[in-house]
Amino acid sequence: MLFTSYEFIGFVALLLVLYYLIPKRFQWMLLLVASYVFYILADPMYLPYILVTTFTTYAAALIMQKDADKTSDYLKLHKEDMEKDARKAYKAARKKVRARVMTLCILINVGILMFVKYVNFIIGNVNSVLQVGDPAGQFALLDVIVPMGISFYTFMALSYLIDVYRGTVRAESNPGKLALFITFFPHIVQGPISRYGDLSVTLFEEHAFDKTKVSFGLQRIMWGFFKKLVVADRIMPAVTTVIGDTEGGHRGMYALVCVIFYTIELYADFTGGIDITIGIAEALGITVKENFERPYFSMSLKEYWRRWHITMCSWFRDYIFYPVSGSKWLQKFTKFSRKTFGEKVGRRLPVYISSFIVWFTTGLWHGASWNFIVWGLLNYLVLMISEEFEPLYDRFHNRFKWSNTRAYDLFRILRTFLLICVLNLFDCFEHVGDTFKMLASIFTVHNWNELAEGGLLNIGMSGLDYLIILLAVIVMITVSLLQRKESVRVQIAALKYPVRVLIWFGLFLCILLVGAYGIGYDSSQFIYNRF
Amino acid sequence: MKKSKKVIVILVTVAIIIAVLYFLQKLLVPKYVDGIVEGALVAEYYQEENKDFDVIFIGDCEVYENFSPVALWEEYGINSYIRGSAEQYIFQSYYLLEDTLRYHKPEVVVFNIQSLQFGKAQNEAYNRMSIEGMKWSKSKVDCIKASMTEEEDFITYVFPILRYHSRWNEITSEDFKYMFKSKKISHNGYFMRIDVKAAENVPTGRPLGNYDFDENAWKYLDMMRELCDENDIKLIMIKAPSLYPYWYDQYDAQVVDYAKKYNLPYYNFLSLGDETGIDYSTDTYDGGLHMNLSGAEKLSHYFGNILVNEYGVSDRRGDATLEAIWNEKIKDYNAEIEAQKIKYGID
Repeated sequence: MLFTSYEFIGFVALLLVLYYLIPKRFQWMLLLVASYVFYILADPMYLPYILVTTFTTYAAALIMQKDADKTSDYLKLHKEDMEKDARKAYKAARKKVRARVMTLCILINVGILMFVKYVNFIIGNVNSVLQVGDPAGQFALLDVIVPMGISFYTFMALSYLIDVYRGTVRAESNPGKLALFITFFPHIVQGPISRYGDLSVTLFEEHAFDKTKVSFGLQRIMWGFFKKLVVADRIMPAVTTVIGDTEGGHRGMYALVCVIFYTIELYADFTGGIDITIGIAEALGITVKENFERPYFSMSLKEYWRRWHITMCSWFRDYIFYPVSGSKWLQKFTKFSRKTFGEKVGRRLPVYISSFIVWFTTGLWHGASWNFIVWGLLNYLVLMISEEFEPLYDRFHNRFKWSNTRAYDLFRILRTFLLICVLNLFDCFEHVGDTFKMLASIFTVHNWNELAEGGLLNIGMSGLDYLIILLAVIVMITVSLLQRKESVRVQIAALKYPVRVLIWFGLFLCILLVGAYGIGYDSSQFIYNRF
Repeated sequence: MKKSKKVIVILVTVAIIIAVLYFLQKLLVPKYVDGIVEGALVAEYYQEENKDFDVIFIGDCEVYENFSPVALWEEYGINSYIRGSAEQYIFQSYYLLEDTLRYHKPEVVVFNIQSLQFGKAQNEAYNRMSIEGMKWSKSKVDCIKASMTEEEDFITYVFPILRYHSRWNEITSEDFKYMFKSKKISHNGYFMRIDVKAAENVPTGRPLGNYDFDENAWKYLDMMRELCDENDIKLIMIKAPSLYPYWYDQYDAQVVDYAKKYNLPYYNFLSLGDETGIDYSTDTYDGGLHMNLSGAEKLSHYFGNILVNEYGVSDRRGDATLEAIWNEKIKDYNAEIEAQKIKYGID
């Protein structure tokens, strides 16, 4: 069931009505049923995978929690008769046991994720390394089902498990509630990657009908549909035409247009989807963490990654970067590198290693393909170089006062945007070489004359489409600028009733009339669904 | 604000929103007045004040362009109507017949079997032209369900604005003019053309891998036969004399067998050229696909005689009410002939 399908709209509408009609204590159960219905409707074959993840996570977390509670009780009971060292040793021993339980559960769930998502990638690479030309001698690719949202729900389950191990959240004793956390339908498809500690507060709460929350939620859903249907799906034909042109006719000027268009499409598609997710949750009285903070207004790549896909970035930070940085082997290596390479370089090397692991896995998480790995590593490279040059930038800003002006900020925003455009292009081509060829063509193929000859009208978009996109992008930028002060919905709510009605009904009409949906359009799946 | 005032404001807002959406929908749906007019045919039936028709023709363009109810009335006093639409699939024919029976029970139903070759809908645009004009009823709901292609959604039939939302950049003055009342384009379902384009170089059919009609098509023919039996209606199967799309002998043999099995009359006008007097150099306007007025009147002359003499269809010319209605229709019919003569430069 696509988010943009009529079935999904009907499904959400029915759920909302039932949600506020039934006794409040049953609300979370209704959500659980709805989430499973949503998941089964996608494909019943996905079900065993998510059930295994739910069950193993539930059981492991509960075992860890019981052990932690027992340990705590035991230590309390023997507060007087145990030496400090003995207490410490006992604690450490129990923690080791819990770590083993956690590791086993992580291995099972990461193992499932690795198998369904990466087994064919590994087989393909093994075949390439062995250079077996004859298909008969190659390892055959496996016919594996990739369950919907597996990357998202596995990460959510892992974060819960690790948080229970760390003692930052208590294990959920009700399997139904944990199952709801993992399968909660609005965010299973493309996130955000919620944390149990954040989501559970409102997910299991009883919610009375709150007019403001419901209307704010519906407004957010509409805004999401606007981005997805009016911008992303309308611009998509141009992107697919240029990228899909394997003959290479659409290069040069078209390549430049395509990289910019793809970045707009990706933004409208992903943030639109997240708006729909957060909007549905809000209408149900549930708070889901924001995933974006005007990312294309970032002045550096580092800032961009603090503002784009926030929940994913914080996940990698908390569950990969910190554990790797604090690991014994890296601590040992830090000591060694400080001794060997001196304080300055020796201190930086472990950061490089941790960051490399983070960006390698980030790339891999996005897809089982080398282009995603290269994309991750290029991000890593730019970020590391930027960090190394930071003292130089500081000196530059101190020396040249004009570099602190708004105009220079605008230049930095534009520069970062173009950098993001280039990096995003690695999403589009499975073969990394094709991406480089495409980028190189911007400088080597001189076909700007085709711009005047109406070349852009031959890539699946009409003049009217360009006008609609232009106006819609202006609206999105304006909304982003207004958002800096406070939520745009709050600002609109403060306006007079007729103005409010005009704004929201106008937005509805825009989606209804200008949205790229129905016959003649390819209203597609969200881009982040494939991750 | 007082609660009662608040409620009134909300109600007024909702009413305005619904009104705007209603007008937008009316504006955006195609009017089928000029250009592709076939989409208007199905809805025109409901405008008939007196639906007491004795003969109902059901089928695709091979009925609505090949038979003239006015000619049947003038010559035989047959009170008939054509419930035809472009590329009407057999399941649509069935539900249109079911829909027709909600209003009256004819003596004879004439079904053109060309659509037997399609087990499922081939084209969304044709679905729209056959279904959208139907008044809402269980028949229409079933018809939509039976017809929808994979890319279609039921809700778009309920709210056609969802289908035609992007037509805002094609809006013409016609869309405003015919928003609420459309111009009649047929004569009891007959779509008239008087110009001539002789049939030349008619392509013969390519050999097919399989000539068997789809199970679904047979299912609906069975349902149509049973529906007629239940209502004591004589079902007559015909194949109009259209030369293209090619009608294979293998197709014909299956229909002949079916007719024999259920004792149904079947007339293949392609093999009755001498009897009907159809001359493909003068009686078609598009090279043999459809008859022009001359062809349709010849066919009506021949078939009217069969309807009266073999199936006892009544001569209703003595009925004053019907006479009055038909006199008006004949006037319109003749006026259009004159208008088309000017349009096509025919003396």
